[in-house]
Amino acid sequence: MTASTLLLFVALLSAAGFLLGRKRAFGIADAHGGVKSLHSLPGHYGLYTAIWVAVPALLLLIVWQSLEPAILSELVSRELPAEIQELPPERVGLIMNDVKNLVAGNFVSSAVSPEISEAAEHWLSLETTFRWIRTLLVAGLTGLGFLFAWRLIRPELRARNRIERVVRVALVACSTIAIFTTVGIVLSVLFESIRFFQYVPVTEFLFGLEWSPQTAIREDQVGGSGAFGAVPLFAGTLLIAGIAMLVAAPIGLMTAIYLSEYAPRAVRSVAKPLLEILAGIPTVVYGFFAALVVAPEIRGFGESLGLSVASESALAAGLVMGVMIIPFVSSLSDDVINAVPQAMRDGAYALGATKSETTRQVIFPAALPGIVGGLLLAVSRAIGETMIVVMAAGLSANLTANPLEAVTTVTVQIVTLLVGDQEFDSPKTLAAFALGLVLFVATLILNVIALTVVRKYREQYE
Amino acid sequence: MEAATMSRDKKARSEQSAQAATRKTASSLFGTDRSSDVPDSTVGVITHDDPVFTCRSVDVFYANKQAIFGVDLDIGRHEVISMIGPSGCGKSTFLRCLNRMNDTIAIARVTGRIELDGQDILDSRIDVVPLRARVGMVFQKPNPFPKSIYENVAYGPRIHGLARDRVELDEIVHTSLERAGLLKEVKDRMDQPGTGLSGGQQQRLCIARAIAVSPEVILMDEPCSALDPIATARIEDLIDELKENYTICIVTHSMQQAARVSQRTAYFHLGYLVEVDETDKIFTNPSHKLTEDYITGRFG
Repeated sequence: MTASTLLLFVALLSAAGFLLGRKRAFGIADAHGGVKSLHSLPGHYGLYTAIWVAVPALLLLIVWQSLEPAILSELVSRELPAEIQELPPERVGLIMNDVKNLVAGNFVSSAVSPEISEAAEHWLSLETTFRWIRTLLVAGLTGLGFLFAWRLIRPELRARNRIERVVRVALVACSTIAIFTTVGIVLSVLFESIRFFQYVPVTEFLFGLEWSPQTAIREDQVGGSGAFGAVPLFAGTLLIAGIAMLVAAPIGLMTAIYLSEYAPRAVRSVAKPLLEILAGIPTVVYGFFAALVVAPEIRGFGESLGLSVASESALAAGLVMGVMIIPFVSSLSDDVINAVPQAMRDGAYALGATKSETTRQVIFPAALPGIVGGLLLAVSRAIGETMIVVMAAGLSANLTANPLEAVTTVTVQIVTLLVGDQEFDSPKTLAAFALGLVLFVATLILNVIALTVVRKYREQYE
Repeated sequence: MEAATMSRDKKARSEQSAQAATRKTASSLFGTDRSSDVPDSTVGVITHDDPVFTCRSVDVFYANKQAIFGVDLDIGRHEVISMIGPSGCGKSTFLRCLNRMNDTIAIARVTGRIELDGQDILDSRIDVVPLRARVGMVFQKPNPFPKSIYENVAYGPRIHGLARDRVELDEIVHTSLERAGLLKEVKDRMDQPGTGLSGGQQQRLCIARAIAVSPEVILMDEPCSALDPIATARIEDLIDELKENYTICIVTHSMQQAARVSQRTAYFHLGYLVEVDETDKIFTNPSHKLTEDYITGRFG
């Protein structure tokens, strides 16, 4: 039986266990004078049985699946002819790879030697035996689990409490998955970055003023010597994010204030969904909007004023990105402003404050921590945004504060570094990881600040 | 119909207080006609020799439902008048007419005539800002702003420009806190958030905040219902002191409190003002049967 059939089998048995366990609980309840004589509800006993049927078997299955390939490989390699076993370990590994490929029916690198095909057959026969053992063990465990739970079902069995403990463990397990994923990503980026820093010193990366990652991969290629000073990228990122926030923060905040404090219900019910549609536009659409509409407009306008404007300017990308984050800012702020209790407004109105005074001096300060948190989240979003910048801001790593010139950002460079053929031991590719690490650390710091601000200044209204 | 109105209201936060108000009145009031028990005109003495407020045929509607029916009442200068009655009888709604707080509820509509020193405050040309500076309000639940204790009290004087400089402002804040009986407890921590005080202190802070703009009238909407007996006693003492300088209208569910603090008492029933008279008379010898039933605890 394959693993998936086995899973289905266990699930069915578990469902049966639920029904049987509940039936038994009802039976016991009748013998003892009604459901009230049981500690838990009959369904709890059913669930308890179902858990005992499924969980041990599933755990076994998981352990088995993770160990099987290693054990099989070890067993097969021990059976290999002596002359192969005497080869250096890397060669043996290669041969084992061939064996595995042959078993899986994949393309094999060289002509199949008799030893290899023999080993593959050995592998297959072992695998069949293993499958049988696995099925028997799983079936046995479900049966054992069922009998165990069945015998335990008594009026005084605290089934509900035990189920809740299992549920709690499951909840903890789910939450750790996200945490471990984060840790895994951070570690992998970190290790690749460390490799990058073996080619390029950290100080040069962090403080160097020139970015030109094109290096010759082979001796005979023409290419630059490579320069990995990331300051122009950081500057470009900050410039574009800054322009975006200059657009998004005031417009988003004003929108939120209008929607939550001033707008009649009819306007609000139309405007809010429309704003949320704005948030649903794919960034790539914003990107070509920025590249094909906004950038030429800005260029034309700038030239009419006698300014020299690059056809891909930081201003175009920043403006469009700002528009993109408006709904982000306005929707978060709107929620926060709405969460300010009506009692605050009443208090201010009763003192004779006007609507504008109430909003500016009472509601806004009360909502400020949440608003700052929202703004910082928007900044993280702006820093991490890629598509608009790729299309509208260009690729040239200029170190400039002039928004009319083309600049590039960290995310754009990561994209260009990893698009196309690459090899994972050249600093060009590894630089992407270092940039990723910086980006990650920057957004992490922003988020931590955002959370601290929100927590520190949060007011308890009640 | 009622349920539909309510659920629609729920959607808009701006209507929150409307909702609360409608909910309060909805159960007992909506759809009822003038009950035969209610007298054709208010029993007792509705007039006062030196009135601050003169209210005549005041009706309040929430959307199409009438919550207050033709209330006639004078509120005298420097008197404490308490408004009692079962839940949903419209006493809070009436109170909120006196500083036009019902304006903040989109569906509320007030008709009739309410004169403050001879000027009709229901006139749409009246600016509510100076009105509310003259008629302050304290709410059921203490609602200090999320600002420091000092800023809470200084807020009103600031928006009305009552203090020319910091010294004057300090003076106002200190006097107000002093009058509210809170100064001693908070004078060393004026820069700490007002929300950090205890419930009773917060309520006295709200009273200090209200008197900081030197109003003539203070409306109190069940000011003690969220407080423990000790804090309640402090507030009642405070009301006693404040009546030297202010007119106080207090809505309360506690008849003992009404008896203790007020000179006149108005009894509301289903949106009608049933009886209003000297507090002693209401509690010892009420004229109307509904009033008697209520104060003897036979219903409500």
